[in-house]
Amino acid sequence: MKKYECTVCAYVYDPDVGDPDNAIAPGTAFEELPDDWTCPDCGVGKDMFEPLDD
Amino acid sequence: MHATLAEGVNWVGIIDWTVRDFHGYETRRGSTYNSYLVQGEKTALIDAVKAPFADTLLGNIDETVGLGSVDYVVANHAEPDHSGSLAAVMAACPKATLVTNEKCAEILEGYYGAREWPTHIVTTGDSLDLGGRTLSFVQVPMVHWPDSMVTYCPEEHILFSNDAFGQHLASSGRFDDELDLSVVMDEAKTYYANIVMLYGRPIARALEAVGGLQIAMIAPAHGVIWREHVAEILDAYNDWVRCRPRARLLVIYESMWGSTDAMAHEILAGALGHGAEIELLEVGSTGRTRIATEVLDAAVLAVGSPTLNMTLMPEVAGVLTYLKGLAPRNKAGLAFGSYGWAPSGPKEVHAALEGMGVEMLGEPLTARWRPDDEVRARCREAGRMMAERAVRAAAEGHLYPV
Ligand SMILES: [Fe+2]
Ligand SMILES: [Fe+2]
Repeated sequence: MKKYECTVCAYVYDPDVGDPDNAIAPGTAFEELPDDWTCPDCGVGKDMFEPLDD
Repeated sequence: MHATLAEGVNWVGIIDWTVRDFHGYETRRGSTYNSYLVQGEKTALIDAVKAPFADTLLGNIDETVGLGSVDYVVANHAEPDHSGSLAAVMAACPKATLVTNEKCAEILEGYYGAREWPTHIVTTGDSLDLGGRTLSFVQVPMVHWPDSMVTYCPEEHILFSNDAFGQHLASSGRFDDELDLSVVMDEAKTYYANIVMLYGRPIARALEAVGGLQIAMIAPAHGVIWREHVAEILDAYNDWVRCRPRARLLVIYESMWGSTDAMAHEILAGALGHGAEIELLEVGSTGRTRIATEVLDAAVLAVGSPTLNMTLMPEVAGVLTYLKGLAPRNKAGLAFGSYGWAPSGPKEVHAALEGMGVEMLGEPLTARWRPDDEVRARCREAGRMMAERAVRAAAEGHLYPV
């Protein structure tokens, strides 16, 4: 599963970690995040994220 | 007016003695907007000030190096407290090139429109050779906005940290050793809690990014310059980003006819003597700036509101909304309050605390009309339980992962 980076604040969504503060379990792919999920660090939507090349 | 950090490195900022409201943050000790001049063979100004102080800034620059000799104007952050006078500076310094990052340039254009300023875009790892002195740049997004950046002068080991490590503190001394350290630390904590508490993770990343630098001085954009107590403020930030809990219980409440006030005092009475530090904070008389500051390192929060108009009291709702945005982590809590026929006030407090990730220690403590002996006993018992919990949390030292 790919990591995604927020283009506004550089937060990296790591599917292995999820987003525990917002009830996103480890193992959740970026694509599976709910549409209204927002960046936990700066609040922008999923459309502001870009996949990170590994 | 100017003050010298090192030979050829000068503070040329503004002391705002009278400001008491900084977008809702009660700046009880005023503030400063710090600009710095760094001279090599070329001269750079680091950050500007709030718009109303443009003329004073220009006067300070002129007196120190002469307006005509400014080659670069570094914009670390586009918020108007640092950029409001940028247009005046660019107009008054004919050969100046604006040095900033892409995001900051974007926001500056959003605020001030497209300008013809000669601009040099930098990013993390870039540096600017001033001839004998260097400025290098590290972007630190969300400390305080997406554009935030810090500037480092390796020859002098000075970190120009912009909002990070700042304090809203007007003082005659420009350095941390020129006033009472407890005042400086208190204002640094108030600033952290009210401006950047929610950005713990990005700040932790920024601390890591500058962690490898040798730092003799931290020159922030607000308040005094750290030179004697650099280690203390870095240690404090390392605790704050992880919300290290202290053995403290806050009883935060508002009352209508004294019942919720009586419950708050019973909680206090029950909590005393169990090793925790307790503070009773009535919302209306305390204000949200102080409350947010106390919340930063308190392990446990008891928050009380009676039912008013079938909901919680607006003063308490305001504080809870403010805290929700600031996102305090690593807390336990309990709601309490009185009601007549519908306990919606305390229930909504409970839901709000739970919604911001506070670990709830039980159902809301409620009293119908007046707390009777039984309710009073339950309040004292809850106070004892919360005090013990606070002591345990501090001892265990569980940190919020960043
Ligand atoms: Fe800012
Ligand atoms: Fe600022």
